[in-house]
Formats: sequence, structure tokens, C-alpha cells
Amino acid sequence: MSSVWDRVEPLLWHVEKPARYIGGELGCCVDDKGPDAVRWLLCYPDTYEIGLPNQGLQILYSILNERDDAAAERAYAPWCDLEALLRERGIPLFSVESARPAAEFDVVAFNLSAELTYTNVLNMLDLGAIPLRTEDRTGDPVVIAGGHCTYNPEPLAEFLDAAVLGDGEEVVGELNDALVAWRATPRSRRDRRALHLALAAIEGVYVPSLYAPRYRDGRLVGYDPADGAPATVEKRTVADLAAWPYPREQLVPLTEVVHDRLNVEVFRGCTRGCRFCQAGMITRPVRERPRDQVLELVRDGIARTGYDEVALTSLSTADFSGIESVVGALTERGAAGHDVAVSLPSLRVDAFTVGTAAAIQQVRRTGLTFAPEGGTWRMRRVINKLISDDDLFAAVEAAFSQGWRRVKLYFLIGLPTETDEDVVAIAELAARCVALGRRHHPSASVTASVGGFVPKPHTPFQWHAMDSVAELRRKVGILRDAARRVRGLEVRWHDPAASVAEGVVSRGDRRVGRVIERVWRDGGTFQEWSERFSLERWEAALAAEGLDLEVTALRSRDRDETLPWGHLSAGLHPDFLWGDYESSLAAEGLEDCRWTPCYDCGACTTYGIEHVVASPTPPAGGSQGTGQGLDLTGADAPTLVALSATRR
Amino acid sequence: MSRLVLPERVRLRYRKVGRVRFTSQRDLARVMERAMRRCGLPLAHSSGFSPRPLLSFGLALPTGCASLAEYLDLRLDPDRESDAVEVVGHDAADPADLAHLCRRLSEALPDGVDVTAAAALFGPEPSLQEAVASCDWELEVLGVSPAVMTGRVERTLGAETVEVARERKGRAVVDDIRPAILALSVVDRPPHELEGHGEVVSLAASLATRPRGVRPAELLGALGDDVRLLAACRTHQWMDHDERSARTEPLTEDGTVWGGPPARTEVRGG
Repeated sequence: MSSVWDRVEPLLWHVEKPARYIGGELGCCVDDKGPDAVRWLLCYPDTYEIGLPNQGLQILYSILNERDDAAAERAYAPWCDLEALLRERGIPLFSVESARPAAEFDVVAFNLSAELTYTNVLNMLDLGAIPLRTEDRTGDPVVIAGGHCTYNPEPLAEFLDAAVLGDGEEVVGELNDALVAWRATPRSRRDRRALHLALAAIEGVYVPSLYAPRYRDGRLVGYDPADGAPATVEKRTVADLAAWPYPREQLVPLTEVVHDRLNVEVFRGCTRGCRFCQAGMITRPVRERPRDQVLELVRDGIARTGYDEVALTSLSTADFSGIESVVGALTERGAAGHDVAVSLPSLRVDAFTVGTAAAIQQVRRTGLTFAPEGGTWRMRRVINKLISDDDLFAAVEAAFSQGWRRVKLYFLIGLPTETDEDVVAIAELAARCVALGRRHHPSASVTASVGGFVPKPHTPFQWHAMDSVAELRRKVGILRDAARRVRGLEVRWHDPAASVAEGVVSRGDRRVGRVIERVWRDGGTFQEWSERFSLERWEAALAAEGLDLEVTALRSRDRDETLPWGHLSAGLHPDFLWGDYESSLAAEGLEDCRWTPCYDCGACTTYGIEHVVASPTPPAGGSQGTGQGLDLTGADAPTLVALSATRR
Repeated sequence: MSRLVLPERVRLRYRKVGRVRFTSQRDLARVMERAMRRCGLPLAHSSGFSPRPLLSFGLALPTGCASLAEYLDLRLDPDRESDAVEVVGHDAADPADLAHLCRRLSEALPDGVDVTAAAALFGPEPSLQEAVASCDWELEVLGVSPAVMTGRVERTLGAETVEVARERKGRAVVDDIRPAILALSVVDRPPHELEGHGEVVSLAASLATRPRGVRPAELLGALGDDVRLLAACRTHQWMDHDERSARTEPLTEDGTVWGGPPARTEVRGG
């Protein structure tokens, strides 16, 4: 094994934030394994400070390094300044631990958490002197991807040897076993195709080269799986989170990163059933970590890391059974040896949750964030975010009355069935929140943060059309006009052009791979960074490949159309998704199945697993998705449907 | 681990060498805070809206530069004593425990950061920021031969003024750094070639910190556009005591701290 450190070190005087490239974190693993161990390079295709905190990558890092037959190091996308210097001097992409060149690893694995990072995946492979296309690799590293975006890996299909669907804790070991066996084969007989078949035999592993897409009249019409490749690849699900208290040693970086704190995952999965939310759909069912294990992980983690803040992470932490008792135990003075701030990154919209937040944020009450997502009650029924206006007002009232000065509200625009009234209602709702705040503080303010909706694979909206850039911009304009005269209300919006590019890469088929390659070759790296993003580049690349935004991203899909991700399964029955889509168009809500009878979405029944939830009843005070506290007889009542009765 | 008996105010001396020198001063402050919490040091905090630990660092070390002589003053809170530390008056502190503190902190800190001395503070010591008047540096540079460099050093020392362009409050200004160059010489070393980069020349410099500190990179800029910095190490920080025209370190590696004149009257804000 070699190191390029001596060549890199003199360059670090000339780059921004050189600490991105030095490793040395607390918890960083030094490779002391034997020559037979499989060497993994775990990559995050964005900067160090964005990628380091990624818990998925850290979990795999921890699991692999515990094994005698595996060793994992990490690499992040070098910023443009260092990349230019590396290319100028012919220095390849290297790991942060030992500055070992990427091509010397057996596996190069990417975490895919955001679609617009895909151009960086290609850039890192190229910088690592690894052939871009699977078909061109021979003795080169095996290129694998995991993370939420792999539920539609088709745009990266030509560049990946394999993509892993679902929880990685178990499958990563099975992949390592397969690679150990592969390495034991004499070099002359190491046929790449045989490796692909061995990987495809592992549940949850998709090997794109074994699936030939068929097109007719420019439309994808199906896939032909090779012999030995399953017709449908099912995701992996860890049944019991308690068996996986990982990462064992969270990395503590030497330089500042996002989410720079201890993170403890309290549960995985969410069954609130928000129809726009891909994460909620693909990570079902809910699996809670036992309360005592959470406390232990927090106390040990705080003592080991020296952090003074811990985030209890999940898709909706206020739903964790007994959240108050956990928060109570952690905020007791001296519980962890020194004062520790607890943060709940995702708050539910109700007054009760604010009470919990108040209990943990005794000192710094700067801002609080809620996500009503839709401006009207009708809109929120469409997306199944069943919080009433009164829930929101109670939450906001509670926040301002308990000392917060600033409330941030997240909304989506471009949602199915959305009218201009729904958009204007965002401003009206936010204005009423400002008015509530002004009763407590003359300087109370509300920020309405607006994102453009991208209908994602494996959600009930996967068939639905997406708004164009012009339409999203028009709606932002309406909203700004409506908010203009409201003092204390600020509207912020995500660039509609970036949302549409995200639509291209998240909804596209295998042909989008060439588009990504063109954007990359044209210099389009770091597309998550607004200063580096340009939609023109994407449009030109689409045109050069005979595609356009309309066909690839925007148009609606028929029920019987072959979806690019149709041969990949998160367990959800297509019938369930279609039925839920129809309910959505009729503005009918669906209850949270954690506390109500199963409607058989497929996430549990397909895999013979169940929710792991300590509390048999919904949390007090919240109506969101549970029906609890809502007047079901009023004109505004949500229609709660039992889908299992109407399917099949 | 035995409980340490420590004074309320402590000055630390530490080194920052190796890869970790690429962290910024701000990064290192956070690393220090976490290491101290891991050691159970009951740091005193500022009061107010957003309490911060009362740590005061000396002159910032530019990112990328190593140092053998960095300093940090900290304050412990007797009301927050932990199982690991008991806080007492400076005269009741145990010198052996200060040595233990150095070891424990060094273990908790990343490779390359080592606490080499610790001492109790008790008098009206001036702050590190105010006290340090000059710093000694060892610089390794590329781009010109030792003979050429010797000529440039002589020319720089013989010059009336040495102007560098800087930015201050968003405006471009030109400063004369000649008065701040207290000493500068080429260090006589056996020739050393760095593969692909040419011959390495070593410089020793002593740079004043007032009215404005001179960064090694600025000094090199003054020596020529073709001079590139390879490595920089701060070897000493000096406090000047005009009355005695003696200079001392804020804390020596053997643990001696200069206490300041006994009856010094501090005049602040004019």
C-alpha cells in the first residue's frame, strides 16, 4: 500500500480549509489488518464538512473495522481548489486516514443521500483513476453505492457494479464475505461477471449490468434480467435496532462540520404516511431503540467525545415512545458528567412537542422549526400531513409564549392538485403566526421556507407530474407578493431550477447516466452548491442525449408504465401506492398504522417483520396523522380510509 | 484515575505539530474544549445568553503553521467540581497534579497536540494577547537557492521600508512591516532537495507583534513572488519587560510563569 501524503502536504498551504484532508478524527481507524482483509474506501460525494457526519457511512465504517477480514477508510470530494492541484500534478483521490490512492482499495463505496451529488461520484472515480463504466473495469475496485437514493439507481447504473437497497448493517458483512471468496479465486479466473452474479445472489443487492433495459418509441418498457438475477430486488431491513448500537465510536472531527454534535438514532422508519416523503415510505416499519439503550449511548457517547450537545435523531423524534422520560433523564444536571444540550432535529407540529423542546432548551431559545408543508387544510389532506391550523397555531403560540423569538415554517410548493389559493394561503398562515408572536414580543418573526416538490420513486406521488421551473417560479412570485406587506414575515425559497434538476436525476432512467456524465465533463461538480449549479448545463446535456426536462422529469406517468425503479422494491405493494395516490387526489387522509390496525402497505408483510414500538398508544397532544384531537364530524374532518379493504 | 487538585486559573503551554497544524485556531479551540470536557475539567463559563467556556488563547497561529510554544489560559469553576477534579486556591494546588493534567490532556488531544507545561496563575498577569511582543519562527521555503536568498535577506534588512498589501475592514491598505522584522537570517543547513520541488532553504525570523503581527506568508511575499512556503514553525513567543530589557516566555517548558511586576497599574481604554 502506498501513500500520497508527501505529495499532498505541500499543496495544503494553497487550499481553502486544509483540515478537510488530514483525517485524525477521534474514532478514526488505522488499518492494521492482514493482507487478506478486504479494503473498503467509503466515499461521500460532497465536501468533508457535509459528508463526515453522515451516520450511514459511519455505521458501516464501524461495522467493517470491527471485522478481522475487513478494513475501511474514508474519502470525501476534494473541493475544486485541491482537485485542480491534484490533477495538475497527477495525484489521485486518496483516503483521509492514510492518504492511500483510491485505486488501491478493493471496494469503493459511495453513500448516496442527495441526487445532485452524482456528478461528484463520477468526478471522484475519475480522480481516483478508476474506469468510469462498469464494463471497462477489470482488476479495478468494485464500485458500490448505498443510501436512500439507490431506490432509483438507474441514472448511475452504468457506473456501479452494485447498489444496495435498505439498511446496510447486515448486508455489508455479506458483501465482505462474497469479496473474501472472490479474492481467494486465482487472479486469472477472477471473472467480473462471476463476481456480479455472486453479489446479485445477496438479498438487497442490485447489479445493474445484469438487467438490460428495453425501450420502445423512446420509452422504457421493461428489463431483461440475466440468468441468476432476481426479477425483483427486495430491500434489506434490520428487524431489531437494539442489535445494532452503531456507530460504536462516532467520529469527532478536528474541524467544524455540519451537525457537529453527538447523534443517537432513537428509531428508524416512520409511518406518519406523508405522501411526498420518500424517506418515510422506504424505511418502514418503525423500529424503536429501547429507551435504556438510548440513554446508555448518549451517556457513553458524551463521555467519550466531549461533545456538549446530543441530537436524538429519527424522522420524527417527538413520536419516540417515552420521549419525555428520555429527555428528563438527559437534562438532569450532571447526568453525563457535564451539562449537555439535547436537540430534537425534527419537531412535530403541536403545543405538546414545544413543551418538550422548552424542557431541553433552557438557555438558547433562538429559533424553532415546524413543517406544516401545505398552506391549507385541504392541501395537507392531499399530502397526508394531518395537522390542523389550530395545531399549528397552538404550537406557534406555545413557542412564542415560552421565549422563542423566531419560528421557521417549512412548506412545499408544486404539490399535486395545488391551486394558487393554496400557495397564497402559505403567506396567510404564516402571517397569522407572526400576529401570534407579536402578542409576546414586538420583534417576533416568522420565516416561511419554501421548497419545490419533486415526486420521488416509491411514494404514492411517483406517477404524478412535476411543476416546471416557470410554474414553480410563478408560484414563488405569488407567494412573495402575498407576503410583501406582512412585517415580520420573511419568505425564502429553494431554487426551482435545482428542484427540476433533482427531478431529472431522481426520476430518470438509465439514459440519464450519459446526461450526468456530460454535466460532469462540462465542469458541473458540486451541484448541491448554488454557486456551482446551472440548469442550462443540464438542459444542454439532456438535449445532446435526445432527452428533455419534460420527458425525463416533469411528465406524469401512467399506472401501467414501466417505472425505471419498477424492478426494485421497498416492500410497498404497487396497489397500496396507487390506492394511496387515489386517496390523495380525493383529499382523503390515512392513519398512522403504528397505533391503528394494519392496512398492509407491504413493508412488514413482505418481509415478515413488525413495528417495534414501546407505546401502544399515540403520543399525547398530537393530532398529526393519528386522527386524535381532530373533530371528525366537522365539515373539515379528514376522511380516514382503510385501504386494506379496498385493495385487491 | 485519582482526583486532581487544581487551581482556579491555569496557564497551559502546548505544541501543535504534524498534520493537525492544518486545523485553524478556531478549530483547535473547539478540540481543546472537548478534550477538557473528556478529562472532566470543570471549566468556568461566561454568563449571559450563550455561555462559553472561559478559555483565552494567545496570538492566533496561522492555519498550516506548526508551533512549539502555544499558550492558553483557562479558568475552573469551584461550583462545578467533578469526580475528576477538585478546584482550590492557587496556593493549595498540587504541582504534581499540574503535571498529571498535562499528561491527561495530551492523551485526550489529537496526535500532534501536546501539553508540555501547566502552572497556576495568581497575580495580575497581563493577558497572553497583550503580553506577547514578538515571536520567533523557523521557515522552510522553496523557489530560490540559499545564495539568492541570502542576498534578498540582506536587501530586506537594509531597506528603509518593506511594504505589504493587506486588507483591513474590507479596504486595501499598504503597511510597512520593516519595523516588525526584528531579525532575519538564512540558517546554514546541509543542502536538502525536495523531490519535484527543488532545494529547501531554511530561514530564522523574529517578528514583532505590534502594532500588527506579521504573518510568515507576508514576510515571504516581501522576499519575492517566487518564494514559496513549505513549512513554518513558531519556536518561541516572547514577552518584553521594558524596565529590565529582559524577555521571558509566558510559561517555560519547566513550568515557570512570569508573574508580572507586583504593583503594576493597568490603564485601559485611555
